[in-house]
Amino acid sequence: MIVASKKPLTEIIASLEGYHKILIAGCNECVTVCEAGGKKEVAALAVLLRDRFRLEERRIQIDEVTLERQCDRPYLEEIRNVIDQYDAVLSTACGAGVQYLAETYTTTPVLPGVDTVFMGVMEETGVFGERCQGCGQCVLASTGGICPVARCSKRMLNGPCGGSTGGRCEINKEIDCGWQLIIDRLRSLNRLREYERVTPIKDWSRERAGGPRKVIREDVRR
Amino acid sequence: MNDTIETYSRLQRILRSGQLAVTSECGPPRGSDGSVIAKKAEWIKDHVDAINVTDNQTSVTRLCSLAACIRIKQLGLEPVLQMVTRDRNRIALQSDILGAASFDISNLLCLTGDHQSFGDNPTGQNVYDLDSIQLLQTVRRMRDEGKFLGGDEIERPPRMFVGAAANPFADPYEIRVPRLAKKVAAGAEFIQTQCIYNLEKFERWLKEAGERGLLEKVYILAGLTPLKSAGMARYMKNRVPGMDVPDEVVKRIGGVAKEKQAEEGIRICVESIQRLKEMKGVSGFHIMAIEWEEKVPEIVEAAGLFPRPAAG
Repeated sequence: MIVASKKPLTEIIASLEGYHKILIAGCNECVTVCEAGGKKEVAALAVLLRDRFRLEERRIQIDEVTLERQCDRPYLEEIRNVIDQYDAVLSTACGAGVQYLAETYTTTPVLPGVDTVFMGVMEETGVFGERCQGCGQCVLASTGGICPVARCSKRMLNGPCGGSTGGRCEINKEIDCGWQLIIDRLRSLNRLREYERVTPIKDWSRERAGGPRKVIREDVRR
Repeated sequence: MNDTIETYSRLQRILRSGQLAVTSECGPPRGSDGSVIAKKAEWIKDHVDAINVTDNQTSVTRLCSLAACIRIKQLGLEPVLQMVTRDRNRIALQSDILGAASFDISNLLCLTGDHQSFGDNPTGQNVYDLDSIQLLQTVRRMRDEGKFLGGDEIERPPRMFVGAAANPFADPYEIRVPRLAKKVAAGAEFIQTQCIYNLEKFERWLKEAGERGLLEKVYILAGLTPLKSAGMARYMKNRVPGMDVPDEVVKRIGGVAKEKQAEEGIRICVESIQRLKEMKGVSGFHIMAIEWEEKVPEIVEAAGLFPRPAAG
């Protein structure tokens, strides 16, 4: 999933300056799973904002809606009939959702309610870890299913570096050394010899280096 | 040996002759006064065969390695250009290699580099377009095939003696020799190791490298950093990732009076060199006296590595 974290309330309040009718729009996908911007978080954020504005004696209307997906146009259409009632939309979807909402409703300001962080997994309740950086050319087949791009702080394709200590990354003892994980996994697969294959220089043009990317699927295109 | 091409490198010439080589390093200043480099180089010039110049080590912004190497070259001395892949993409790396070659800088040490979070710009972006092994491949291709990574011909390809670092002490230990093998396969001709305090572990690594036939392919320069104090020993032991300082070393330097600790640190370093000289596969020494370059001559002399072979 795409993992996001809640934005600090003060930052959200500052971004809402000057708006009086605000729609908070949640998303029922990834941000719901990572508990940053689903229906529950939208309701909680609405309560916090209403309380704050009441204390400040500001008359600000805050409404809530949670869409099935903000990265898919038909679902964005669900608010077409009401969007003009608002000065601004505060979207708690990921960055893709916020942008797609903004692209769909060009005359309404759309503000982000979360910080989009990475593609990852739920390691335990409330703990999410990065797993993929969307490099566009998956290398997992040769690294025991553990990604050196996402999990090595230096994205070393022929790691580990000399800073790997006790299974931990040199930059922070809380971070696993991605290459230690790869080595452990290759060993348990009895494929440690594969480590010695020199991984060639990577084509980063398939990552963000190549500019904004598009996937065009002629087979499913209508 | 991996070094099939004779470059202009004096370091290579000495290693090929079978004599023990001595290199050391200078950290460039945190300012634009290039005379600092010249001063450090002057301290050590008669006692080493080549001088490494670090590339924004520990990710702290400094005068650039290439400019400092040019200065050393212009003093008639031999620099080893350290190049990390943290800050430059493949265009900049290839460009700097050519820039270095244009001044006949003949030694290149390929490194990935410390992560920027250690330095003075922890909020900066990193590059890591290549890793150290891929940088080795890049420079070997430029030199041996006379080609850029993009495939175009290079006019006057760089003629450099190409090296890499190795850390026998980092984890996981089981791939430390395989990782050396990868660097050799990628084209490393010489290796400068992480500073050695745990001689037993180093010897084990060296023996295993020998069993794999790697010592017939690559020259190993054993890395040494003299300890200035017990505090430094503890810091290296506990705070520097991938560093192995055994308890007995910490105990030994801590066991003498504070004002005698620097002297003891030098003594440990010299004794280590003596022991390393006996190990098969050690082709020389890389003495990294961090902000203590003036002590290098004393260490080299005490270790019986002076005088150095004549330049030329």
